Amino acid sequence: MAQKRVLMKGNEVIAEAALRAGCRNYFGYPITPQTEVMHYMAKKMVQIGGNFVQAESEVSAINMVYGAAAAGARVLTSSSSPGISLKQEGISYIAGAELPAVVVNIVRAGPGLGGIQPAQGDYFQATKGGGHGDYRNIVIAPASVQELYELTVEAFNLADKYRMLVMILGDGTLGQMMEPVAFRDVEPIEVYDKPWACTGRGDRKEHNTITSIYIDPDTLEVKNRELQDKYALVTANEVRYEAFGLEDAEIVITAFSTCSRISKNVIRQAAELGIKVGMIRPITLWPFPSQIISETAAKSNVKAFLDVELNAGQMVEDVRLAVNGQKPVYFHGRMGGNLPTQKEILDKIIEIHNGGNN
Amino acid sequence: MIDFSVILAGFGGQGILSAGKMAAEAALFEGKEVSWFPSYGPEMRGGTANCSVVISDEPIGSPVINDADVVICLNQPSAEKFEASLKPNGILIIDSSLFKFEPTRKDIKFIEMPASDIATELGNMAFATISMLGCLSKSTGCFSRESFESSLYEVLPERRHKLIPGNLSAFDKGAEYAK
Repeated sequence: MAQKRVLMKGNEVIAEAALRAGCRNYFGYPITPQTEVMHYMAKKMVQIGGNFVQAESEVSAINMVYGAAAAGARVLTSSSSPGISLKQEGISYIAGAELPAVVVNIVRAGPGLGGIQPAQGDYFQATKGGGHGDYRNIVIAPASVQELYELTVEAFNLADKYRMLVMILGDGTLGQMMEPVAFRDVEPIEVYDKPWACTGRGDRKEHNTITSIYIDPDTLEVKNRELQDKYALVTANEVRYEAFGLEDAEIVITAFSTCSRISKNVIRQAAELGIKVGMIRPITLWPFPSQIISETAAKSNVKAFLDVELNAGQMVEDVRLAVNGQKPVYFHGRMGGNLPTQKEILDKIIEIHNGGNN
Repeated sequence: MIDFSVILAGFGGQGILSAGKMAAEAALFEGKEVSWFPSYGPEMRGGTANCSVVISDEPIGSPVINDADVVICLNQPSAEKFEASLKPNGILIIDSSLFKFEPTRKDIKFIEMPASDIATELGNMAFATISMLGCLSKSTGCFSRESFESSLYEVLPERRHKLIPGNLSAFDKGAEYAK
């Protein structure tokens, strides 16, 4: 039975969820607006005998993650945009070595040091690579504090299942806000054997090796193909999204996380004006829910898409690929740490409804 | 009640963020959906602080408020800034012990209440915001006094329960200024 709901901050819920998922290793470096993840871990890890290290930099933190993951442990690090950029080398190595780990990015406005207010400008970085080489991370975008909890637990399962890095992509709004959360009595922890883990040679004939270096091109290409096969499997199995109102929608909003919440209010207001608006909210940003978007674009009731983001237009590229020219795709974005107002989005909907051109 | 929204604003250290959280806890106790979103970053004592609280019977869309039903201000800069954020017929509540304010809008309700004087009388400055929550509760019914009281017992650690009667006195005094 679900326990009663408690009011908690998004960042703290991420940390609590990780502990509930069996994570006993946290390595990080403070940065606004995600530092409460660290605060919570610093307090709790000591109490339960886990490992907490405030590393000397983000670079060392991500390499500590590599180490703990190589030893088969569930491990978490968290940061915000500039800090995540610093971690990218390690993230690429983790992908190359096929290590399971969870990385949280509570995104702030960029580029560079940017600002500390909410943004979604790291969509490209999170979903298209970020580090070097042909690799993917599973990227999950929760939209509420309750989802931060459930999807963080899920992230650890997915990481172990596929030996992949799973990134939780939030933003300053989600990290800083408080909402009620109901924790489960028992977490759905999936346990996967890790015969590859470096836990000492034991009875094995050969010691295990964790590496991402393959000097011989043919050997590396085989490895590359294996990775791509795995990513294809993840794409087939793990796409998640929320969709509603598609059956009679004239306009379909695509938005993730904070923008999807603001848009939900707008959809209600549009309905009062007699404009039917539906929504597709990607929960996994990679793998991306292309199929539902493509199928929706083919529907005769759907006249146009409106993509809303806290950036200059990043996810909209994936939406356009999925729509593939079947219908126009409009975009509304805010940057710098600003959020779109409901009125802005509603005005855009009215404009599209009246046959506006971008 | 759908997406009823309150902005609380003032100087850092006045208990703005805590008061917002107490309002959210009281509404949560009634089984409502709630969200609380703070201004964050280089905030400090003496700087400005604000938070947005949304209370709703339905899942909350945006935790970010553009048009508030109520704005509660504990300093003049906040009143000047957030008066514009009120819906028509919204309520602006200010602590008149701390500053004087003349609203420029004619389409809002304006409540001046001596919150800090009430707190001084009760011997605890932290009660200023509590008295304003009393006024909020009585003016709008966004949460009841009973829920406020029950949530205090639930949220506060037991060693702090001795403060609850004082909190409730402040709450009741503030409710007298409701419009």
